[in-house]
Amino acid sequence: MTTPRPAQEIAAMIRAGEDSAVDVLEHHLAVIEAGEESIHAFNLVMGESARHRARAIDAQVAAGEDPGPLAGIPVALKDNLCTRGVPTTCSSRILEGWRPPYDATVVTRLADAGAVIIGKTNMDEFAMGSSTETSAFGTTCNPHDLTRVPGGSSGGSAAAVAAGFAPLALGSDTGGSIRQPAALCGVVGMKPTYGTVSRYGLVAFASSLDQIGPFATSVADAALLFDVIGGHDPLDSTSLNRPTPRVLSVLDEGVDGMTVGVLTEFLDGADPDVVARVNQAAEALAAAGARIEEISVPEVALGLSAYYLIAPGEASSNLARYDGVRYGVRVDAEDTVAMNTATRTAGFGAEVKRRIMLGTYVLSAGYMDAYYNQALRVRTKIIEGFATAYARCDVLLGPTAPTTAFAIGAKVDDPLTMYLSDVCTIPTNLAGHPAISIPFGPGDDGLPIGVQLLGPALSEGTLFQVAAVVEAAAPALRVPRITTGAPS
Amino acid sequence: MTTDWQMVIGLEVHCELKTATKLFCGCPNVFGDEPNTNVCPNCLGLPGSLPVLNQQAVELAMAIGTALHCEIRPSTFHRKNYFYPDQAKDYQISQYDEPINVNGHLDLPDGFRVGIERAHMEEDTGKTSHSGASGRIHGADYSLVDYNRSGVPLVEIVSDPDMRTADQARAYVTELRAILVASGASDGKMEEGSMRVDANVSVRRSVDDPFGTRCEIKNLNSVRSLGRAIEYEAGRQIALIESGERVIQQTRHWDEGAGRTEALRSKEDAYDYRYFLEPDLVPLVPDAEWIRAVGDTLGMMPAARRARLAALLDDAGGMTDAQRDQVATVVDLGLDDLVVVAVAAGVGSGLALARTANEAATDADAARVLDPKSYVELLTLEAQGSLSATQAKSVLADLLAAGGGDPAAIARDKGFEAMSEDSLADTVAQAVADNPDEWSRFCEGDDKLAGFFTGLVMKATKGQANGKAVAAELRRLRG
Repeated sequence: MTTPRPAQEIAAMIRAGEDSAVDVLEHHLAVIEAGEESIHAFNLVMGESARHRARAIDAQVAAGEDPGPLAGIPVALKDNLCTRGVPTTCSSRILEGWRPPYDATVVTRLADAGAVIIGKTNMDEFAMGSSTETSAFGTTCNPHDLTRVPGGSSGGSAAAVAAGFAPLALGSDTGGSIRQPAALCGVVGMKPTYGTVSRYGLVAFASSLDQIGPFATSVADAALLFDVIGGHDPLDSTSLNRPTPRVLSVLDEGVDGMTVGVLTEFLDGADPDVVARVNQAAEALAAAGARIEEISVPEVALGLSAYYLIAPGEASSNLARYDGVRYGVRVDAEDTVAMNTATRTAGFGAEVKRRIMLGTYVLSAGYMDAYYNQALRVRTKIIEGFATAYARCDVLLGPTAPTTAFAIGAKVDDPLTMYLSDVCTIPTNLAGHPAISIPFGPGDDGLPIGVQLLGPALSEGTLFQVAAVVEAAAPALRVPRITTGAPS
Repeated sequence: MTTDWQMVIGLEVHCELKTATKLFCGCPNVFGDEPNTNVCPNCLGLPGSLPVLNQQAVELAMAIGTALHCEIRPSTFHRKNYFYPDQAKDYQISQYDEPINVNGHLDLPDGFRVGIERAHMEEDTGKTSHSGASGRIHGADYSLVDYNRSGVPLVEIVSDPDMRTADQARAYVTELRAILVASGASDGKMEEGSMRVDANVSVRRSVDDPFGTRCEIKNLNSVRSLGRAIEYEAGRQIALIESGERVIQQTRHWDEGAGRTEALRSKEDAYDYRYFLEPDLVPLVPDAEWIRAVGDTLGMMPAARRARLAALLDDAGGMTDAQRDQVATVVDLGLDDLVVVAVAAGVGSGLALARTANEAATDADAARVLDPKSYVELLTLEAQGSLSATQAKSVLADLLAAGGGDPAAIARDKGFEAMSEDSLADTVAQAVADNPDEWSRFCEGDDKLAGFFTGLVMKATKGQANGKAVAAELRRLRG
């Protein structure tokens, strides 16, 4: 396959009438047709509705109307984003058959911008996982190596963009679920400041941490998508009622005079080839005029522990509603309580059950102060630690994940090892800050490595600005060659 | 051997707020619609839905806080987690350790002050109905849930354990209900469940003893049930203690038919609600100006309105016990403005109060929207003697049915021409002539016979005669 065309360029041509949304869609559907059997990025490919939509976009252009900045761009949606009348499963048996009666705010904004929804992507069940292996509907394979995981939980979205199934995709990031799979699949993935993208219609995992963000093959395309989905939404009470930074317009402004802190805690425990790539990115930024310094934020080392108390705590409450009463799967039993139990026993997978039990425990009378409340205090400490760092630095630099993509099955039976793959991404969610992962060359095994830029709240403009410089210096990745048929 | 047992009572009152829409979504807040017609992704707890706080509900909650002399504070919402089919999200959003209203009080009509610990906001649940004869969950073939009530805004008003008798508890709920109605926060309809009361009851041998172990009684659907349940429960606890047993902290269900409380669950099986801060909402921090604006729109509270009527009666020489009840009725029904307007127009306060409490009150909903001008005109006609009491009541019924009108015209249409003095005198003279024995006894001082003659005159005139005028004529003839 060929190097993907930038979404910006496709949209510009469709808006100018030089390309058609139908042709663009058919190209991507053909790529899906050829590669999806090997990769399994999608829970649902929405071919017919996408064709209908693409024709409407072309008709708009023909009528002299402007469909918007994403005119005719196929976009893949993580399957925890509600789509009116279209199954939304969170890759869980318990939501099988459920069709939301409403669209998530981001879905409405995509439609308003002229995008074509091409499908719903596979994910770890209810976004709980780092490999897409906890999906009830099978694992997604990494397009760079079908024996490896794509990362998770938004592994389907990352793989879809990496495989050329769609130029753009949306994921959600609770502890790294956009950035880590972006790193492992060699694409750009970005987690916005908490409150800049509406969560309305995002099926909740951990409400105080969840944030929707873009996947793209380039920093500029990620910026294009972020500008479309961001902004205040009165349907989400935690949505910030203040101007969201516009990022597409500042991409060329460079890093001259900026201070970039290399976060030492994130280098500890990362593989040597990953550390080497981070250092290489730092050198590139120095060459572009940034001042580089090493910086330590000791509090971030506490992030993983705090996260695995807070996120399951909230999840145990958020997932209570899957009780078989109103929607999704119901397993009948003699009374309501037995029905609830049977439904949840059959409907949830092992990782979801593990986190519900953990979360229920940490919120229980007698344990709450020692665990959940203690984690909240740690969360405050992490925010304070970052604040100290951002008093000196404009952005922080580190790896996105400590390793390249690991083998399917390698960690699935060892939750603690699996959890460690999010060690570099979690602190950002606890702080509510933005961060972006940019592909930065292959590791020793030839698989993609991502470097991560972190910034303070609402620093998206700066982050994208720096990310563009990092991207320009990134060593090339091997373009994924997808062989059809099952991985050997 | 009897000890002076004392009851200790604290009440928790749930009050549905009279908002246009629900607490966290835009669905109509209406009672009695077809099941599951006022629902949306939010109040059905669908995946991905999020709550947005209703400003009107906050204002009504602050109105309640102001009326109960509470401190209105920055507040937060928590999740109260428990599984139940009518709990759409399997958690309830409720204020927990930082409620909007704290530290208030309510003065009963007799002056006894009950402390208000808090008055906080929360969402209501849906309503489950169980098939089968019992109507209870056990033995039901299936259950149906109506989510129209899911997400309806509630304020829970928690009193201090200050009440010592069932009468005080009844008076508290009656007065609180009047305050909630007067503040515009609630319609106060206990029978429709828009006001629900739970009672915490304990007993102790002496006022110097610490509080005993309490039980919480649920399912109290009227002020009468409340009083009965408290009396029953206190008796049950006293009997337990006197027979050497102890009271177990429990939640108990009031069985109205059987007239007794039954254990629902004890403290040991109490739910662990795992309260934690609701991450989908932000803190509610009303500024001083908003709080003041809400206070400014608050009308007069029942105590002040009772005092206003009492002052009118004091001007007329004081209040009888019957009039005290009439004042309570008129204020409770929100008809006191009619009395005030009538007295201002020159109608005697006794007549204005009596007509309002006894007649207008029979159709209070109509009386609240009655044109006060018509009402004043009617009472003036009666006060002048142009209409008898019987006639005035008949005309009032027409005014209430029509929402107003010209009472003089209605009286004419009904044939209620005021009797001329001559014609009245003739009728009285005829009655005297027909009953010489009674007349002489009346002349000898048997005043009771005035009623006998008045009755005859009324009968002869089909109620058109003015009773006062008849009495005056009788006195004139006796000389």
